[in-house]
Amino acid sequence: MADADPAPRALTAYPRLAWTWCTAMAQYPASLAMFAIASFAAATAELGAIFVVFAHAGRIAGFGIREALLFYGLSAIAFTITDFLLGSVERLGNHIRRGTFDTMLVRPVSPLVQLATDEFSPRRLGKVVPGAIALAYALGHAGIHWTPARIATVPVLVCSAMVICGSIWVIGACVQFFVTEAGEVANSVTYGGQALAEYPLAIYGRDVVRAVTFVVPLAFVSWQPGLYLLGRPDPLGLPAVLRYAPPVVAAVLFALAALVWRVGLRRYRSTGS
Amino acid sequence: MRVYLAVLACGLRRYSTYRAATAAGVLTNSVFGLINAMVMLAVFHARPHIGGFDAADAVTQVFVAQAMIGPAATFGPPLDLGDRIREGDVAVDLLRPAHLTAWWLAHDLGRAAFAFAFRSLPTFLVGALVFPLVLPHDPVRWAAVLAAVVLATLVGFGLRYLYSLAGFWVLDTRGINAAAWILGPICAGMLLPLVLFPTPVADVMRALPWSALVQVPADILLGKTHLPGGTAGALAYQALWAAALLAIGAALTARATRRVVVHGG
Amino acid sequence: MPDPLISVHGLGKDFTVRRKRRSTLGRTVPAVRDVTFDVAPGEIVGYLGPNGAGKSTTMKMLIGILAPTHGTARVAGLEPARQRTRLAARIGVVFGQRTTLWWDLPLRDSLALTRHLYRVPAQAHARRLAELTELLDLAPFIDTPVRQLSLGQRMRGDLTAALLHDPPLLVLDEPTIGLDVISKSTIRAFLLARNAERGTTILLTTHDLGDVERLCRRVMVIDHGRLAFDGGLDALRAQAPVGRTLVVDLAAPAPPIDVPGARTHRVEGPRQWLELTANPASVIAEVTRAHDIADLTLHEPDIEDVVTRLYRDNAQVTA
Repeated sequence: MADADPAPRALTAYPRLAWTWCTAMAQYPASLAMFAIASFAAATAELGAIFVVFAHAGRIAGFGIREALLFYGLSAIAFTITDFLLGSVERLGNHIRRGTFDTMLVRPVSPLVQLATDEFSPRRLGKVVPGAIALAYALGHAGIHWTPARIATVPVLVCSAMVICGSIWVIGACVQFFVTEAGEVANSVTYGGQALAEYPLAIYGRDVVRAVTFVVPLAFVSWQPGLYLLGRPDPLGLPAVLRYAPPVVAAVLFALAALVWRVGLRRYRSTGS
Repeated sequence: MRVYLAVLACGLRRYSTYRAATAAGVLTNSVFGLINAMVMLAVFHARPHIGGFDAADAVTQVFVAQAMIGPAATFGPPLDLGDRIREGDVAVDLLRPAHLTAWWLAHDLGRAAFAFAFRSLPTFLVGALVFPLVLPHDPVRWAAVLAAVVLATLVGFGLRYLYSLAGFWVLDTRGINAAAWILGPICAGMLLPLVLFPTPVADVMRALPWSALVQVPADILLGKTHLPGGTAGALAYQALWAAALLAIGAALTARATRRVVVHGG
Repeated sequence: MPDPLISVHGLGKDFTVRRKRRSTLGRTVPAVRDVTFDVAPGEIVGYLGPNGAGKSTTMKMLIGILAPTHGTARVAGLEPARQRTRLAARIGVVFGQRTTLWWDLPLRDSLALTRHLYRVPAQAHARRLAELTELLDLAPFIDTPVRQLSLGQRMRGDLTAALLHDPPLLVLDEPTIGLDVISKSTIRAFLLARNAERGTTILLTTHDLGDVERLCRRVMVIDHGRLAFDGGLDALRAQAPVGRTLVVDLAAPAPPIDVPGARTHRVEGPRQWLELTANPASVIAEVTRAHDIADLTLHEPDIEDVVTRLYRDNAQVTA
């Protein structure tokens, strides 16, 4: 059993550990419910802000509230599910400082899986709900002209977006292998990225959109997929082929995240700090 | 008094060791400031005046909000007092010949002073370099802004002190904390300037103590206070909340102390 | 002679220390140098040394957390640096200073998580947990969250977690640090029994002399990154001979006592420590004749004195 291949081992270890944490958390149902409601409320507040903004402005950068909800829904569903599945990796620096990362290294399961499932709790699903509702509504009411190709693409786009977010999350956490205290740097691309991608990116202007297309590829989480589903030309004039790129971007970023994790872990194991 | 100065210095020193964390904080606050500011510019591009605010006012408030994250701790951290109450270590704190409220206030003011100098000012500077912020020319107004920051810090402490103190009566305070850290920032004017909310909602939010953390200091900086007495009235409003929260905190501390003494922790 | 369970050859670890902010080229500092030893199955070995001597660096290399710069290590038939995950399933590790349990979970849930991490079949888990629960008397606190356990209870929980997958090798880093006398003796007795009954090999670092004297038939002493001694306790005492110490309480503070057959090496107020090189009886007679004595005690040397002496001798050799 100890000789099993590490990759499938990690795939089965994840749900086992996550489930064990869930049953442990379920012993405090009141606290669990309170947290679930609280994270639902926090996500709802962000959605509320979008309504407030569009109620004042009507249309922003050529998009109305229904189209905006499509961008919000795509971004929120990807970021919140990623946060649910591996949001705990952001505490890497804490584990390194407290020495608990060493204890993860002496167990026969990938430390990344142990990090991701640490204190895994269903309460974070509360955050997913408003995004899921917004996305479901927008898919029906944002004026998408549904073709079989577009219907088939939705799961691909959502999965690609989740892989992109997850990779950004892991890369952000790996910064802490190099500067243990700098966990908050990652927040600027993880939570900051989420805040950014909730609005149609056109509102930020050309320079920002280029940066989040070619440097930190957040544009492939909600902006390009949204343009594809709506069948709208890119208002900033970037090549139309980009809207077909999310799966490619996801694959490249996934490989990059795996590489950065390995480099970070190797550094940790050669310096011990 | 000397004790509290020493505690304050200790808080200051403790936070000054987190250099990388401070730099990371400035970066994150600036990035969020930039994102929120661009959203505000887009809204005000579509509708140039909302409730007496224009684009520059709204962007200025965005950066006031980001700058206040440090000193007023609008997004946390909670006071360590909460953990100490949960684990029973607070009994040691109560044995000291110093007032519990004053002790923790002094420690938090040390943290806030450091955060103001090394988080608030750089973040606000980033905003001022990128966007045309509303910056008054009148030195008296700047003095008022500084006073507003100090009062906001006191209100922020007063609120967090009460969140922690709840641990004396409620076994699991994490729920209270979760709710407070979500509702607080919205009512403070962190999410959006309160003028953007429908008037009745905005009025309720202004009446709550959290508005003293961000909205009132921003109003003072912008010279747009809604309160009678203008800037002086706004400062008085903050001072009133600070005094009320600290008084409630001190009174509850006295009751909690009796509880600890009677029940032996 | 069976195959060794641990086999270390020329093991070394260099750390790069950045000298100044501007220089990117760092200075290389060796933390462990040319360490070679074997541990046979069933041994209990104490790994001693002062803080910073390279103790935990060696331990971390043996359990695969740190990659060595020089030399080779084989533990339980595997190469720790390259086969960390597989090795983890064959060893149990306990860090005395930090728990491997989860702070907010009841001990029982922590152990359930451990079972999934090590993939112990449910039946075997239940059997071993029942056995360990009895041996370590876990029943009174198994449903208590770990954060509320006393240090001794926590350490018993940690030992259980490290043994649920029944590893042939147990690596313990300061297992009795901070424990009260009763907890210490419970844990020492448990480790001895485990070693005697199941042949579990135990490698431990410690500052506690009781641990060494009670548990270890063999000790290794590391000093400035080098292995300074490897052998039995008696051999260690022989290699670094330390005389008995006579503690003299004078009626009033006085200059260091000077009598033949003894050397005063410490003075604190009216109390003086004399290291004996001759027969104690004659020295005591000399001291009582020349001074006004309030009290006298004779101390046998303990391991700490021996180790300290070993370091001092080494320092003189290298200096």
